[in-house]
Amino acid sequence: MTDPILTLTGISKSFPGVRALHNVSLELFPGQVTALIGENGAGKSTLVKTMTGIYQADEGEIRVGGKVVSLPTAISATAAGITAIHQETVLFDELSVAENIYLGHAPRNRFGLIDWKTMKSEAQKTLDSMAAGIDAGIPLKELGIAKKHLVAVARALSVDAQVVIMDEPTAALSQKEIEELYVLVELLKKDGKAILFISHKFDEIYRICDRFTVFRDGEMVGKGFIKDTPENEIVKLMVGRSVDHIFPPRSATIGETVLEVKGLSHPTEFEDISFAVKKGEILGFYGLVGAGRSEVMQAVFGMTQIASGTMVLDGKAIAPKSPADAVEAGIVYVPEERGKQGVITGEPIFKNVSLPSLDKTSSRGFIRMAEEYKLARTYTERLDLRASSLSQNVSTLSGGNQQKVVIAKWLATLPKVIILDEPTKGIDIGSKAAVHEFMGELVSQGLSVIMVSSELPEILGMSDRVVVMREGLIIETLENKNLQPETLVRLAAGIAEGKAA
Amino acid sequence: MTDQTATGRQLPDRLDNPVKSAVLSWESLLILVALAIFIANSFASPYFLNEWSLSDMTFNFTEKALIALAMALVIITGEIDLSVASIIALASTLMGLALQAGADTPVLVGVGIGVGILCGAFNGFLVTGLKLPSIVVTIGTMSLFRGVAYIVLGDQSFKGYPASFSWFGQGYVFWVISFELVLFLVCAVIFYVLLHHTNFGRRVFAIGNNATAARFSGVRVDRIKFVLFCLTGLMSGMAAVLLTARLGSTRPSIAQGFELEAVTMVVLGGVSILGGSGTIVGVVLAALIMGLVTFGLGLLNVPGIVMSIFIGALLIVVIALPILFRMWRQRKA
Repeated sequence: MTDPILTLTGISKSFPGVRALHNVSLELFPGQVTALIGENGAGKSTLVKTMTGIYQADEGEIRVGGKVVSLPTAISATAAGITAIHQETVLFDELSVAENIYLGHAPRNRFGLIDWKTMKSEAQKTLDSMAAGIDAGIPLKELGIAKKHLVAVARALSVDAQVVIMDEPTAALSQKEIEELYVLVELLKKDGKAILFISHKFDEIYRICDRFTVFRDGEMVGKGFIKDTPENEIVKLMVGRSVDHIFPPRSATIGETVLEVKGLSHPTEFEDISFAVKKGEILGFYGLVGAGRSEVMQAVFGMTQIASGTMVLDGKAIAPKSPADAVEAGIVYVPEERGKQGVITGEPIFKNVSLPSLDKTSSRGFIRMAEEYKLARTYTERLDLRASSLSQNVSTLSGGNQQKVVIAKWLATLPKVIILDEPTKGIDIGSKAAVHEFMGELVSQGLSVIMVSSELPEILGMSDRVVVMREGLIIETLENKNLQPETLVRLAAGIAEGKAA
Repeated sequence: MTDQTATGRQLPDRLDNPVKSAVLSWESLLILVALAIFIANSFASPYFLNEWSLSDMTFNFTEKALIALAMALVIITGEIDLSVASIIALASTLMGLALQAGADTPVLVGVGIGVGILCGAFNGFLVTGLKLPSIVVTIGTMSLFRGVAYIVLGDQSFKGYPASFSWFGQGYVFWVISFELVLFLVCAVIFYVLLHHTNFGRRVFAIGNNATAARFSGVRVDRIKFVLFCLTGLMSGMAAVLLTARLGSTRPSIAQGFELEAVTMVVLGGVSILGGSGTIVGVVLAALIMGLVTFGLGLLNVPGIVMSIFIGALLIVVIALPILFRMWRQRKA
């Protein structure tokens, strides 16, 4: 057996309030493709960033060809022979294909200036060896996403990388383009490169990978050879986590339908979305990243405009044109990107909480601070917010406490339907439990909750019913009774029942 | 302090002392600077400490400061309006045309203010309706509005405004207190209340701190930005009335460079050029400082071109200072 080119041992990485990687190891072998498998948030992208010099690990060592290396910058990772091809390629649209391939290591002439002629001919040679059919002289922006991937591969070949990381390279490709990419992967394998292939799609993993490594909650939970391991075993490794906290019992009585959505369609993101949520119900939305769940929710919230479809809230037709309309109607949305869309960083807690309720706390449009403090105190204390005062800047709070501020802000508007998008992503266990407990409280008070989540325990622990989405479509709506995690993963990833069982 | 962070119960409103933070604010520093310049001026020229001199001094800033009040709100939302001086030129030109058509004072004032609002609405539409960056839009309309004035006037000028109209720029309400100063002070109070004591003002700050999150919080971001551009147009229209009345004539080069001084007042007043923070009190103090400095330099017979060098340098310094301060603090930490 050959020695691995790249070895990671004992890698740990933490962010404020989040443990992203814990004592992780990984080996990549020359001429072999290793699949990195795990749910969203399992730590895959953090690992990629650690390997490419964007993040520095808190602990652990990285060996390339047996020698310990340190990767303080992206350039040092390239020098060590590690290169990555990302889901959305990080290339430069305005530069030519040849410039993109040779950026940072362009051939020089005797005056120390870039040797354009050699650069272009070398780039063309590399592209031709891949049978890419791309002219090295044209600007990159004239190429489609698949061809851009080819350019990224050519770049990997030109820097003489030993390790090529492919982070969901097929996510934006058509079936034919994917086939072309497979050919390239074979080419890289023959060239003796070690490839790390990150994907959610089991058919590709079984088609081109030799080995696999499974991550869960920032830890390495299993590895092996693809050909010796059936799909369902890998699925079990992915989801079979220890239940580290108990979800509150569902005690709410479920009433009549509050919000009914019919035939919602968007030109590119989703099609024919129909669902209904009842009073006192938690409706879970499960799917892979990019399945269109957030896009649907943002359309319901009036953030994006729909091409067709209807919404009925409490028997009245609504068509929110902006979030302000949705909030007025009684639909609120806790976004996934907390820092960018949820809290207004730079402003204190109480101003964040009162912002959508200003019409209630003010008198004829004039601010009444005492009322604002009162409102903010009432709702943040219900959520057990940890802060030193209500005037503390939200940017100084931890992720979990910021999330509590966002939820408090919406509860103060007395909504009918609250949409939570990945409500516990990246927050600590304690705040997670508080958010879950609070969701239970909300529905018992007669609210309707829609919860978008990629975390299976959360979906299974909290939802009354589960909607599974894949590629912009609703695949199934299931009652959460004796629901198996494997069933949801299969539906979300599009694995046929018979094949996996 | 230990259990304050440990418990979520009974959160206090605030922990800092409001008096202490007011003393340590940018505005207190501006007051000190204004006093220092005032004292320096009175030593530099024997003509300075005289009620009529001081009254004349206020004309150095009132028109620009009226615009700066609205500009402050625009900059707090993270946008900018560089077309304000050209709005004055266009509004003044159209007032001149109205005068030739035989309009009397109320109509002239209406034309000036109305043209201002329309110009502002045009900027606002381009920024919020077509989603164009305001710096590009208003550089464009800066040329456009003034270009129209040049086409109408060429190297001519409009003269012969009625005396009742001239009062807006030359009249005194009481003793040495001019109408311009009174109007500015009234507007300053209105803008102070609007920005610091209304829901509207609260939303303006929210937009400046994070426009995306504000939109996700149900703030009608585009509507507020549109209103602010109209408001800047309105204030520019008012400034056009005052300036035209004071000068008694309209030339296409009227109010050249006003946008630079208005932006300088806003930034010197402590409004972040990146948006999200600032106070009206600071802007008013900055306007006073600019007036004192330019008047003092004028008393010392410093030529106008030197003053514009001074204002340009001041603008760069006040934008750079907070950034340098932050870098210094980060290096210390």
